[in-house]
Amino acid sequence: MMKRTLLALVLASAMCSAGATEAASLATDPVLEARVMKVAEELRCLVCQNETIAASHADLAVDLRKQIRSQLSQGQSERQILDFMVERYGDFVLYRPALKASTVLLWVGPFVLLLIAALALIRAIRGRQRLAAPLAPADADRARRLLEESPPGP
Amino acid sequence: MKRYLLPLLVFVVMAGFLAIGLKLDPREVPSPLIGKPAPAFDLPQLATPDQRLAAKDLRGQVWLLNVWASWCVACRQEHPLLVELSKSGKVKLYGLNYKDKREDALRWLANFGDPYLKSISDTDGLVGIDYGVYGVPETFVIDKQGVVRYKQIGPVTAEALRDTLMPLVAKLEQMP
Repeated sequence: MMKRTLLALVLASAMCSAGATEAASLATDPVLEARVMKVAEELRCLVCQNETIAASHADLAVDLRKQIRSQLSQGQSERQILDFMVERYGDFVLYRPALKASTVLLWVGPFVLLLIAALALIRAIRGRQRLAAPLAPADADRARRLLEESPPGP
Repeated sequence: MKRYLLPLLVFVVMAGFLAIGLKLDPREVPSPLIGKPAPAFDLPQLATPDQRLAAKDLRGQVWLLNVWASWCVACRQEHPLLVELSKSGKVKLYGLNYKDKREDALRWLANFGDPYLKSISDTDGLVGIDYGVYGVPETFVIDKQGVVRYKQIGPVTAEALRDTLMPLVAKLEQMP
């Protein structure tokens, strides 16, 4: 127990030190820092692929945030910075990839699957409704007769 | 019979996608640099920091740019292969020492051998960003016109060297 608490403390302090340099720049210019984070949230960290550059503690993510910060302060637009990243790391770096021939399946695929699932559901429901249709009068008669003929239960 | 056909079909399609998925490595992100001019750099040389090396100095030859660092564990794995390759003299190998301390890098080369014609120091990793480096080691093949032809992500293996890198270098050597 003691050991685990200690470990947690060590890890927490390690994370704090990683954020220290950025905390300094946050203190000097919170507006710029907010813009940096906005751009960084659009970008994927290629080292830990399911994190944004804004959220990641990887070395590369720290470097890329630094890069975004310096480009923003040089007056580059957010669009220009995203293009800069795509030129180097490819479309994969974007969390919202551009809609083009190679990414159509990515954008449309889920909706196509949803459509197929909806069609299958409708078919299944229709099939079940056909089974539950009221008995034809002849069948109903026959069922009643059978029930009357059968000996009473115990 | 017919009622089994649809589930079977769904299963085959799913299995097909999963089989393809198994063979793909999500860590290998295709580089957008292939077929484009290698990004320019002008950096101090690792061994002699007062001398510089620029990408344009290397025009007119086929060369490999190997991104390495003394802190990089996987670099140790490919290193013997690179040393052997440089001894064979079949290809010109340059090193980009990525985000490393000079003393550490020099000690590393002294310990494990120096396969590079020259290494350059990218201390702050800015050239690494220009090359889209995200997982050291990485190796770029650059042709005589200075165009990036191939990028090996992760350590160079004997198979990759034999089946991909060396045939490509041989082919590029034939081209003007």
